[in-house]
Amino acid sequence: MPVQAVPHEVTIEINGSRRTVTVEARRLLVHLIREDLGLTGTHVGCDTSQCGACTVEIDGQAVKSCTVLAVMADGASITTIEGVAGGGGGLDRVQAAFQDHHALQCGFCTPGMVMGVRNLLKENANPSEREIRHGLAGNICRCTGYHNIVRAVESLASKEDVA
Amino acid sequence: MTISTGKRHVGQPLRRREDRKLLAGRGRYVDDIKLPGMLHMAILRSPHAHATISSIDLSHAKAAPGVRLVLSGEALVDRIGPIVPNWIIPGSKVPVRPVIATDRVRFVGECVALVVAETLAQAYDAVGLIEVDYEVLPAVTEEAAAVQRGAPQLHENVPGNVTTLYQVKGGDYTKANREADQVISLRVINNRLIPTCMETRAVIAAPEPDGTLTVYIGSQVPHMHRRWIAETVGIPEHQLRVVAPDIGGGFGAKMHLYPEDLLCPYLARELNTPVKWWETRSESHQSTSHGRAHTEDIEVAFTNDGRILGLKVSTLGNVGAYLSNMATGGPTVNTVNFGTGTYKIDNYEAFSRVVVTNTVPVDAYRGYGRPEGAYIAERAIDAVARHLNLDQVDVRRKNLLHSSDFPYRPYGSTGVMYDSGDYQALLDKALEAFDYERRREECERLRGTGIYRGIGVAAYTHMCGMAPSRRLAPGGFNRGGWESARVSIDSSGRATIYSGSMSQGQGHATSLSQIAADVLQIPIDDIEIVQGDTRQVQAGHGTFNSRSMAVGGSSVHVSAHQVIAKAKKIAAGMLEVDEKDVSYSAGAFTVPGTDIAPLTFSKVARMAYVGHKLPDGVAPGLDETVFYDPTGMGAPSGVHLAYVEVDPQTGTVDILDYVAVDDVGTLINPLLAAGQIHGGVVQGIAQALYEEVSYDPENGQLLTGSLLDYAVPRAEHVPNIRSLFQETPSPTNPIGVKGIGESGSIAAPPCMVHAVLDALSPFGIKHLDMPLTPPRIWAAVRNARAGAA
Repeated sequence: MPVQAVPHEVTIEINGSRRTVTVEARRLLVHLIREDLGLTGTHVGCDTSQCGACTVEIDGQAVKSCTVLAVMADGASITTIEGVAGGGGGLDRVQAAFQDHHALQCGFCTPGMVMGVRNLLKENANPSEREIRHGLAGNICRCTGYHNIVRAVESLASKEDVA
Repeated sequence: MTISTGKRHVGQPLRRREDRKLLAGRGRYVDDIKLPGMLHMAILRSPHAHATISSIDLSHAKAAPGVRLVLSGEALVDRIGPIVPNWIIPGSKVPVRPVIATDRVRFVGECVALVVAETLAQAYDAVGLIEVDYEVLPAVTEEAAAVQRGAPQLHENVPGNVTTLYQVKGGDYTKANREADQVISLRVINNRLIPTCMETRAVIAAPEPDGTLTVYIGSQVPHMHRRWIAETVGIPEHQLRVVAPDIGGGFGAKMHLYPEDLLCPYLARELNTPVKWWETRSESHQSTSHGRAHTEDIEVAFTNDGRILGLKVSTLGNVGAYLSNMATGGPTVNTVNFGTGTYKIDNYEAFSRVVVTNTVPVDAYRGYGRPEGAYIAERAIDAVARHLNLDQVDVRRKNLLHSSDFPYRPYGSTGVMYDSGDYQALLDKALEAFDYERRREECERLRGTGIYRGIGVAAYTHMCGMAPSRRLAPGGFNRGGWESARVSIDSSGRATIYSGSMSQGQGHATSLSQIAADVLQIPIDDIEIVQGDTRQVQAGHGTFNSRSMAVGGSSVHVSAHQVIAKAKKIAAGMLEVDEKDVSYSAGAFTVPGTDIAPLTFSKVARMAYVGHKLPDGVAPGLDETVFYDPTGMGAPSGVHLAYVEVDPQTGTVDILDYVAVDDVGTLINPLLAAGQIHGGVVQGIAQALYEEVSYDPENGQLLTGSLLDYAVPRAEHVPNIRSLFQETPSPTNPIGVKGIGESGSIAAPPCMVHAVLDALSPFGIKHLDMPLTPPRIWAAVRNARAGAA
């Protein structure tokens, strides 16, 4: 039988704005972001948490937003691709490196990939190529063969001051 | 407006103009579109590979919350459909494919019923309430099994499960076989793949207030979809608008006509409100076309010094349960026509059978037939080298065509012509970049220490940009080979270009602008590219078969030249000189040898639109449309080399290096070109090492039903790719380009297989079928050791 739709109120801070949304218990965070808040830069590329296209930052940590129920995110602070460059139409350094190295083709995996790379560089400011490739294991890209994505990340690693 | 510096744009690694929005999350894919009053469709799919439908009970679903409509196939009989293929090789038997199954299902995933509801969740809930009784029938999933006597039969009008027979012949293979020193044979399997665009398919159909219908669909071929939807649903084509927004990859899978493409338009008209369907990934694995799925029997006749005298091929192409859009063309024209590859093999005989099975329909996937064809040629020549214990490079060099052979018709073919190339130079360049001699020596040396390294080589050529139109009819290809471009100059001298090509990530907004900027000599930022809207773009065939630059780019080039030709007439009038005396350079019209001041393109454009001073016979406006039909097809080529290390204890393959040298004619944008090679090579490596669709051969269940089971490679599974180019311009089009998109996925599979076989040669292993997974390699080594013991 159909699931009885019990509404729940969820309040999150997303890209700096506080938003309250009423959702069914079964609603995934990615659907709250895309459908309820209209932030369609976060994509759905699979249904088994394999592809990483839905990656967002929750309280500063990269998370596949299809693995989180919307109700679990209540009270969290979330950044999506729309929020990484501060919303002024500019690009942050990861986005800029992707453009400069032709690290995207169709662009569908790109928002999740950018979120994943931000997290990777946060955890390891100066990763080796092997560490970059391993660090991207949660995100599938079908167009680029990853070659130029790795180049983009390397360009950021080499620019980073090693403390 | 600024005046162009006259710098050439073609050949420059310009950064993409489309990136900013995609990077900022402002791309607009079909699933991002939300329309007022939009309903959601969900599909009930067959859980059985082959069954008759005894009864369907829709009543519970109809009563579920939010449900607006529930239908089974019966409701659509004589209303829409059937789905008809678009490439039908003459003599083919075409089974009837209803949009939704009525009395019988033929693959796991076939549409059985649908629900339209107010929310997607409600639609899914209601699908779960539909009750269907099936009588399960025996199923067959493998092509070799399907042609056996006594195999389950899929369609009454397809006896023996073979829809199409196809044959090519040149020279005298029987004689070559007789005269050869030796003949060897091998059976190779070209594993079934799932194209896996990261954006799954999605469709929205929306009735407009004026009675027309708009369909949003991630289509590689928007104008073709308009024609097919119009004809199959029964909508006048001019009242149908197809919009393809940003597309998250296509690779061939988004150029076919699927049931959902027809159901949304039909339902939107019935319900008079927008209807959307979005495909889940697991649904995609059982409803979007698969690729490859061939078995090839190869016989090769050769001399003891490694010269190939003849080749004989028998192909079984598995096309799934029904003939998808181009299904009869893949295992036939696209595969066996190219079976001799880059080699001079005068005696050739190939026979192909197109086979239906209880599986997802198989159709074009990046390379479509050409990877299978190249695999035939390359596996054959590699087997000869290995059999004779000769160097794989030496044997290739002995048989490769020479630059003086072009244009070349392999085995005297009337249908295949390689327009240009220099394969020997490609080989030299690849060997040098790879440092072949040193690595060959390294392989031999390390073998003594228990380290198994191998070098793989593969050469390829193929033809792309199917054309000219008049030559496509005899093969049963029901569309043309032209592409259209309209270059529309506004009254300030800026350009909007309406192109019938359709980017799915290739970067046409950048590359087509580069082509136009060189002709128009205006800044690239003064050019906008419009694609993917049949209301805006006059006509088109879209993007497939690596045709966009060769055919679509050429049409932009020719159209832009026509704009300049007309502008020159207007400029001559304004300058009061003879048109013959006017030159155009750096964005201005000048009269060389005089002191007449240059007249900018923008001033001429303004004159074209105010029309105050136009020469006699020149109409106002500066807006040219071209339907460009090439004289023939360009044949890209390349040589790829891979260096691998295989661990015989675990069966794992470590890719140490990969060098790709490709000749795709004139490079429009080397940065984007290399990106196409990287992506194609990785899809080819994926076929060689990781990916394979598995069906349970007993009951036809799809075992690789999600990305949990289907092994798409991650960044850590693939190497860096060293992409180099050689430019032999194609004489078949005015800009000299050849296709590029499919090159990597054609070259990489044989290259990788050869590298692994080379590494395993100390074990006496002569052949393995893709994918070369650790269990498969491990078992082969174990068996070889057991046999040797």
